[in-house]
Parts: sequence; C-alpha cells; structure tokens
Amino acid sequence: MADVAPASGAVTVPPLASAVVVQLRGVRKAFNVGTPIETEVLHGIDLSLHKGEFCAVMGPSGSGKSTLLNIVGLLDRPTAGTLTVFGEETTTLDDRALTRLRGHNIGFVFQNHHLITAFSALENVMMPMLGAAGFASKAMRQRAAGLIENVGLTAWQNNLAGNLSGGQQQRVAVARALAMNPALVLADEPTGNLDTRSADEVFALLRRFNQEQGTTVLFVTHNPALAARCDKTIQVIDGLASK
Amino acid sequence: MFKPWIPFEWIVAIRFLREGRLQTLFIVVGVAIGVGVIVFMSALLSGLQANFIRRVLSAQAHIHLLPPKEVARALRRGADAGNREVEGAIVQPPLQRLKSIDQWQAVAEQIRAMPEVTVVSPVAGGSALVVRGSASRAISVAGIEPDQYYRIVDINAKIVRGNGRLTATDMLIGTELADDLGVDVGDKLRVTTASGAIITLTVVGIFDLGNKGANQRSTFVALHTAQSLLGLPGGVTSLEVTVRDVYGAEVVAQRITAATGVEADSWIKTSAQFFAAVSAQTTANTAIRFFVGLSVAFGIASVLVVVVVQKSREIGILRAMGVSQGQILRVFLLQGGLLGLSGSVAGSAIGSLALLLWQRYARNADGTPLFPMTFDPALFTAALLLATLTGLAAAFAPALRAARLDPVVAIRG
Ligand SMILES: Nc1ncnc2c1ncn2[C@@H]1O[C@H](COP(=O)(O)OP(=O)(O)OP(=O)(O)O)[C@@H](O)[C@H]1O
Ligand SMILES: [Mg+2]
Repeated sequence: MADVAPASGAVTVPPLASAVVVQLRGVRKAFNVGTPIETEVLHGIDLSLHKGEFCAVMGPSGSGKSTLLNIVGLLDRPTAGTLTVFGEETTTLDDRALTRLRGHNIGFVFQNHHLITAFSALENVMMPMLGAAGFASKAMRQRAAGLIENVGLTAWQNNLAGNLSGGQQQRVAVARALAMNPALVLADEPTGNLDTRSADEVFALLRRFNQEQGTTVLFVTHNPALAARCDKTIQVIDGLASK
Repeated sequence: MFKPWIPFEWIVAIRFLREGRLQTLFIVVGVAIGVGVIVFMSALLSGLQANFIRRVLSAQAHIHLLPPKEVARALRRGADAGNREVEGAIVQPPLQRLKSIDQWQAVAEQIRAMPEVTVVSPVAGGSALVVRGSASRAISVAGIEPDQYYRIVDINAKIVRGNGRLTATDMLIGTELADDLGVDVGDKLRVTTASGAIITLTVVGIFDLGNKGANQRSTFVALHTAQSLLGLPGGVTSLEVTVRDVYGAEVVAQRITAATGVEADSWIKTSAQFFAAVSAQTTANTAIRFFVGLSVAFGIASVLVVVVVQKSREIGILRAMGVSQGQILRVFLLQGGLLGLSGSVAGSAIGSLALLLWQRYARNADGTPLFPMTFDPALFTAALLLATLTGLAAAFAPALRAARLDPVVAIRG
C-alpha cells in the first residue's frame, strides 16, 4: 500500500487518546415517527469501535443492520441517544457538517455495487476526491490509479463502470471507499451478491487495507465463515446489539 | 478523463446529460425549435419595421415646422362685451391661405443651434398648375435650398434622367408627370398659380420617388422661384428638420415648440398608425416569446424531473461520498442551463437558416429581396442568454428535489 499517494483534501484525524473511533450510546431509530405506522427499528444500541478494528455485523434480515450502518455513517440520524464519531458529538451537527465529516472520514461499500455508470472505473474512484476538492488534479488521478492497481483492475480502469462484472464493480467500490483514506469504512453486505471467489477477494481487500492502514471496518455479512475471520462480531437481533 | 479546469459540478452535469443520449437530444431539439421560431420571427419583424422606417424617412424629414393654422372665431356683439353669451354666431373655418412662418430665419438659427439637430431646411410649398400645349396638371411645388434639402431627402439619388442642380429657372419633376405631359430633360413648362402668377421653367431633372402619386404631383424648384410664384416674398411655409436619433424626434419636436412657439410635428406623430401597428406586433411577439419560453421551461423541467428519478441512486451514492446538497443542486441547475444553452445555439442556427431561406425565396416580382434583413448579434446573444436563464430557472424545482433526496432512501432504491 506504500505506493498509494495520500488523498488530497483529506482531513487528518488526530489519534484519540482512547482510540475510540465510533461510540453509540442508547441509539434508537424509529421510522414514520408521529404516524400510525411508526415503528422503532433500533431499541437502544450501545457500541464502541476502536481504531483498526475489523468488526462483523450479523443478524437476521430486517433486524436493523443497515439502519445501524446508515446512522454510524451519518447518512441518517438517530431518534434518540448519542453518536460520537472521531470524538465529535454528531447529534447537534447540521447536514453540511455531517456531509463534510462523512466525506473526509468515512467510506461506504454497498451491497449492490453502486457505481456511477456515466463514469469509468478510474473516474469512479476519483469521485470522492473530486467532490471534496472541486477540481480534478494529477495527484488525484495518480492516487486513484494506485488504488485501482491495488484492487487488480488496472487493465479495466478506463471501462465504463456498467461494463464491469459484479465482482469487478465491487472491487472498484472498495477502491472508491478508500479514496479519501478514511478512518472508517462501512461495508453493508458488500459480498452479498457475489460468488464465493469474488466475495473472498473483496473481503481480503478490505482486510488488507484494515491491516495496512489501520482503517476501522464495520462489515455486515450473512456469511459466518467471513464473520469468523473478523476481529469481533456484533449480533443485531430485534434492534438490539450483542457481542 | 477529467480536465483540471472543469469544476466537479460541470463534469457530473455534462456526463449525466451525455449518458441521457436520446432524452437529451430530444429536449435540445425541442428547445432549438422554440428558440429558432423566436429568432426567425423577431428578425423578420425588426426587418420589416426597419424597412418601413427607412422608406418613410428617406422621403421626409424627421420634424416639420408649420405656420399656425388660422382658427375660426365667433362673431360677437360688440355692445355687450360683459355678456359672454354668443348670439347668432356664425362659425366657419376660414380658408387656409398660404402663410409664412414668422421670423423663420431666426427660428431656423435657433433650431440649428440645438445639439440634437443635424439639418434645418426651409421650404416654400404650394399648389400650382403646370401647362404644356393643351395639357395641364395640378402639381405641388416645393421651393427648396438644394444644399440643405438634399441632406434630408436625397433627390439626387432618385434622379433617373438629368440632374438635381436647380437654378432660378429650373424645375425637377417626377417620371409620371413627365410621361403625362410628354416632356423630357431640357423641355420648358409653364407654371401658373391661382393668384395669377405665371413663369416658365426648364425641366433639368426627372426623379422617381418610388411612389406613383408622388411622381405625378411632386415638383421641386429653387426657393426664390417658389416664393415669387406662390406670392410669399421671403417667406417659407415649413422648416424641415432632421435629428440625430430618429426615435427621439418627438421629444425634440416638443422642445422646439416650447422654445420657438412654432408648431412642430415629428414623423413619429404623423406615423402614429404605423407605431400603433408596431406596438401591436411587439405585444403579439412578446406574448409568443413568453409562451414559447414557458413551454421550453416546462420541457426542460420535465426532462430533469425524469433525470432526478433515474439518477436518484447515484445522487444517494454521491451524498454518501461527501458531496453536499449545494453541489447536487448545482449539478442539476447546470443541466438545465446547459440544455437551454445548447438548445438555443442549435435554435439560433435553425433560425438563421430559416432567415437565409426566406431572403432567398421570398422576393418581389422583380427578383429583389422583399427587404434587406440584418443578422443582429444582439438578437442571438439575447436568445442564448434568455434560453440559458430559462433552463436554469426550469431546473430549479427538480434540482431542489435532487438536493433534498434522503440519501438512505435513494440508496435503498
Ligand atoms: N426508511 C424506512 N422507512 C420505514 N421502514 C424502514 C426504513 N428503513 C428500514 N425500515 C425497516 O426497518 C427494519 C430494518 O431494516 P434494515 O434495512 O436495517 O434491516 P437489515 O438488518 O439491514 O436487513 P437485511 O439483512 O435484509 O438487509 C425493516 O423492517 C425495514 O422495513
Ligand atoms: Mg440491510
């Protein structure tokens, strides 16, 4: 990984004394609040993630794993409880501040390889850097090319994203999630739609970045074999988390 | 690959539009047709107006100064001066005799000193009878100072035979009159007036004013000749004035009246009918522009609404990557602006093509163009600017919707 240039515009996060990257206290999440169909999905989650941890999230379908990840990733807000990310209490931040914090410190990988089809593989990897800086630069391109090389797709880097196979797209998505050299990567069933071999490849990539860069990873999976290879596993059952 | 000088929002907007292919093409064509119609119609209308104005102003001055009309006065019984009642009044408009403008030399000097005024030319005009053998025709005689008058109406350019140099015994007549009387350059004509004056003048030039009536009736002689013929020694019946800004003529006319007390009519006042027609056309044109603009706006807006739906997943992903609401808003505003701009570029091309075809095929019977058309860069600039602004405005609602998408919902799809 030494050949990957630093992300331009990335905010360097000072190492916390406790090295706690994410802290949830009594986080609740209800949907359709104030309507007859109001449902609480998360019923008070306490959770801390430490720097460099690779943590699996398991649980039955509909138990609230994605909801939890979206809250940790600042895409959604809890209805109650507190969320501290990189030492910053987030419940009082506005959308602008959350977006900025997210952009510079958190990378996402989703289940259905969400690439932007109008762009090539390389351009997709450049996107987060481009969005943050406003203009493209040579350094950006070099960093993206390095990441693409790391996920083994240099030969495909100029293909439009839609023309790649599912496994290739997911590897591009991993490279994109790492573009800003984030302290935290949230992967919501990134291997769910892949065959065993591609799933293994994607998992190995995330694990490698985690070990080489000290990136904290939250990894949702239904696959016990992959979960067994993580540092720890959180079970989300009926909106409650347990180890 | 991304160019380093193109901002993020532009890159995404252009890529989204390019990816839209047919959808983008269709709306651009739609905008282009609308803009093309506006460009063509506007150019045609302003061409027509300019042509009319050119024709009117090549044959007359911008402002005429006229002597006061003699007004009718009621007869009053002198004894009852205190009694305002009018008894047995006989009110009859008096016969309009030829009258000179009082102190016209002083008035002319005063007007000539005004900065807006370019030419002041005195004219002594009246009716007369021209006789040749047994034939006679009623004519109107205009006594002019050629040096001044030709700067207002370029008679020299309209002379078809002979020349426009006028001495005291010379006369210019129109082609129709020449034909009616069977005279040509060098022939002599006897001119008489109702008061009994008779002079003999030599035809030195025959002109074509482009109007049959004018070619039949109008004649020009030297100012002194007309003065003695019409019984107006030293007097003039009008002062013809041209100004720098033809559209400001009415204002100048009013200023002249205020300053000199002489009645002044501008071409704008005497062409009131024309201006009423122009204003009606302009209103209609504005209404058409407005409604075409409206349909362009709705077309762009509806396409962008579709794009927002199509791209909502991608918008969610971009938001997850740290792209702000403001950036998403600008991406979609730009798409609207770019659709408007590219549509108006294509539309200007369509409009120009239509104008060229019009000029080529819409012709007078003799093959000359109906009227010269100018390609006004201001028209195209305005079309581009307005269409781009319309696109931006139309994109506002869809863009706001895109910016406010909940990323969680957008990503779940
Ligand atoms: N925006 C929403 N509005 C209403 N209900 C929602 C919304 N998002 C999620 N839910 C509900 O919350 C519950 C948890 O959903 P979530 O997607 O977090 O489950 P999950 O554990 O990720 O399931 P899966 O393993 O199938 O991905 C589900 O019952 C779901 O229907
Ligand atoms: Mg889920």
